[in-house]
Amino acid sequence: MNLFAYDFMVRALIGVVLTGLIAPAIGIYLVQRRLSLIGDGLGHVALTGVGAGLLFGRSPVIAAVVAAAIGAVVVELVRERGRTSGDVALAILFYGGISGGVMLVSLSAGSSNRNLMSYLFGSPLTTSTEDLYVIGVLAAAVLAVALFLRPWLFAVCHDEEYARVSGLPVRSLNILMAVTTAVTVTAAMRTVGLLLVSALMVIPVATAQRMSRGFAATMGWAMALGVLTGVTGLWTAWQADSAPGATIVLVAIAAFVLVTAGMVVKGRLAGRERPAPAAETEPIECAIDRAAQRDTVSG
Amino acid sequence: MTVVHIRDGVVAYGGRPVLHGVEARVEAGETVAVLGANGSGKSTLVRAALGLVPLQRGEISLFGTPLRRFRDWGRVGYVPQRLGAGSGVPATVREVVSAGRLARRRLGRPGRAADRDAVTAALESVGLAARAGDQVDTLSGGQQQRVLIARALAGGPDLLVLDEPTAGVDAGSQTAFAEVLHIFGAAGGTILLVAHELGPLAPLVDRAIVVHDGRIVHDGDLPEPVGHHAAFHHEHLHPHAPEETKSLW
Repeated sequence: MNLFAYDFMVRALIGVVLTGLIAPAIGIYLVQRRLSLIGDGLGHVALTGVGAGLLFGRSPVIAAVVAAAIGAVVVELVRERGRTSGDVALAILFYGGISGGVMLVSLSAGSSNRNLMSYLFGSPLTTSTEDLYVIGVLAAAVLAVALFLRPWLFAVCHDEEYARVSGLPVRSLNILMAVTTAVTVTAAMRTVGLLLVSALMVIPVATAQRMSRGFAATMGWAMALGVLTGVTGLWTAWQADSAPGATIVLVAIAAFVLVTAGMVVKGRLAGRERPAPAAETEPIECAIDRAAQRDTVSG
Repeated sequence: MTVVHIRDGVVAYGGRPVLHGVEARVEAGETVAVLGANGSGKSTLVRAALGLVPLQRGEISLFGTPLRRFRDWGRVGYVPQRLGAGSGVPATVREVVSAGRLARRRLGRPGRAADRDAVTAALESVGLAARAGDQVDTLSGGQQQRVLIARALAGGPDLLVLDEPTAGVDAGSQTAFAEVLHIFGAAGGTILLVAHELGPLAPLVDRAIVVHDGRIVHDGDLPEPVGHHAAFHHEHLHPHAPEETKSLW
């Protein structure tokens, strides 16, 4: 069956491709910082924006961008302070976000659980042309930040103190990164949904880092994998008549498992063909003579 | 010209003072070692000089400019004690060293040929040009330390600040390290380094500042080690040995 026979399918495909490109492009910085789950948390917060948008008859997407951006800045400020209580503060923010969203959606007239579900788990097949324009603009902004500022964002994520001594505007870069994450979450809301967006930010990166040695290479592979799993997932969902968002994520996980298994097999084969090169180790700094030690102790 | 000047520097962590009104200067072209036991405040002194630790009181200036107005960070090369804990996302040696050029690049501008050449030259100077494309996590500790000094050198600094650069580094790498610092110093560069013990770096040092309990107790020639610390083969390999003398490092 031809995937492109229907306009809604073409729109869904464009939405999925854009999501597959941008989610790993910004997600790689989150993985590098060990903040893999932050996208999920911001998705929760974005839901309050969706609810507010529906209640007040404004664009839910724009409201979600605003809510998620505010949430992202709060998260960044909490992280910067490095307090142990930050963990609890984040939990409160995230659960407050999703509760606020569910409550506001239930208050707004003419909306139903089905409406809520489409934001939580995505519904690429109902993507409208206007949705695509919004997603397109948001995606262009995310790509501009993630690609053009790569050396700077890499430096801040890799060694924040060094970036400070280099005179980089560390705080501005951190906040920019946080807001870009929020924008990505909202742009991906229509395709994989707010609860699954984190998966597309993290899983293609996790897969790509098994195959590459450098940051730029990992980023390139992750974006390629994001697009590939997005398209494959959408096609699979179409064939199997399953939920597209969830199917896309499961395809991404399948790719991760396949690549990991492939690398293990490849490593084994390489190990069999030639002896492993001697690991480069530090020269021994001190040798403890166990026998002599025993003698001293027993003597 | 005074490159680093700390006046009446007081630093406290959570109300507990770590530095009590210290006074220190580093002149252009000097190699100064800050020595002291663990917890003496020697690292804090240097980190405060770079603005990584806020001062409770006192003033710091770099190249004659008060720290809060200092913007010329390309003149400062910082070598931390170690590379941050592996982040999961791989990075090549070249990618890490390239971060050293950012102080000299405008935000968002693509790198120029001069930037690439500086990175290549820095990698060559520490003998890691052949490893440029390798994942940095696969290097030995001593090699990773050389990556960090290459990163600092890539920016073409006038001042190198090193925080225990040779701690836990094998003898071969320490000698290579001393050689790189020697070349940098001979070309007129200023070096401020924190050390627990100097090892092969000792001949490079013009002046030593000894920190004890957050105060500077010596500022002048490199003090002669005393007691068993002076022994030729002394290596501080006995973490459980009782304190034998009042020696400071």
